[in-house]
Amino acid sequence: MSSSASLKSTYTPAPVHRYRVGDKVTVKRTFPPGHRRTPQYIRGKQGVVERICGTYPNPEELAYGFDGLPAKVLYRVRFLQTHVWPGYAGPANDIIEMEIFEHWLEPAAT
Amino acid sequence: MTNTTHDYYARKSSDHHDHDHDHDHDDHKQPNPANEHDNGPPGEYEIMSRAMQELLEQKGMITAAQVAKRMELFDEEFPYHGAQVVARAWVDPAFKQRLLADGRAACAEMGAMLEAERLIAVENTPEVHNVIVCTLCSCYPRALLGMPPTWYKSRNYRSRVVFEPRAVLKEFGTELPDSVTVRVHDSNADMRYLVVPMRPQGTEGWSEVKLAGLLSRDMLVGVTVPKV
Repeated sequence: MSSSASLKSTYTPAPVHRYRVGDKVTVKRTFPPGHRRTPQYIRGKQGVVERICGTYPNPEELAYGFDGLPAKVLYRVRFLQTHVWPGYAGPANDIIEMEIFEHWLEPAAT
Repeated sequence: MTNTTHDYYARKSSDHHDHDHDHDHDDHKQPNPANEHDNGPPGEYEIMSRAMQELLEQKGMITAAQVAKRMELFDEEFPYHGAQVVARAWVDPAFKQRLLADGRAACAEMGAMLEAERLIAVENTPEVHNVIVCTLCSCYPRALLGMPPTWYKSRNYRSRVVFEPRAVLKEFGTELPDSVTVRVHDSNADMRYLVVPMRPQGTEGWSEVKLAGLLSRDMLVGVTVPKV
């Protein structure tokens, strides 16, 4: 087993990013055609940035044979289940998190 | 051959236990809440695939045994390292911190090379229980956990666990009090996920190997929890 000091982080740096951890964000409520990694059920919902994953080639371009560059900043966003699903049966503290690219996010109104 | 064709599912499932293999059999536990065939008839591609296999078998070009062997080879290409990684995290707090900080780098320490996969390890605590899904397709950390179980790819699991996770967990035998936050992770883009379960009481002093023996794949996806 090698020492942890010799291991480089595998996270891709995202030196320029619009949002910070803890920021309130809203997922855009748009329905463009094509390959999108933003689930429909989360569009229009408000959450909080949980972490910044780094920059990744844009899957919406990769899907059609392009290089996906420039890479897009990918965030993990945390949502309250009771907000995502009206009528959610579980307690108010339950959460759901997922990865959202920066161009799908806008600052939350509140 | 008509009977064979008609009985295809039944034949496959009974054959399944005849051969010698060591992957676990969580798919077959009852009740199974989310199998491939619980949403009505099989899909078009599933029918085509099965029809093609039957034709090839009838013409003597392949045998069912060859198909089963090929599927086992897939398993070998993606060996299961998850249990060893979690057992190490249980006995080595510094390793656990590295795992939670950067899953892929920590797995590399143990010789589990995840290639391009970015791994996020999430820890179960007395306050939070984590469960993983990919609603868009069936993203899964294959390099760490091997091939995904059938239920993980089923529409039933993928669609239900996001909006009624507690009901789905209960079907797997995992009941959680309301005081425990259920944290669902939709593995919808470039990250892959590993649940680090809580180490059960009564395992004090156990070796890493013995601890790893407690850990099934389902626990590392978060649908069950280890017990002694």
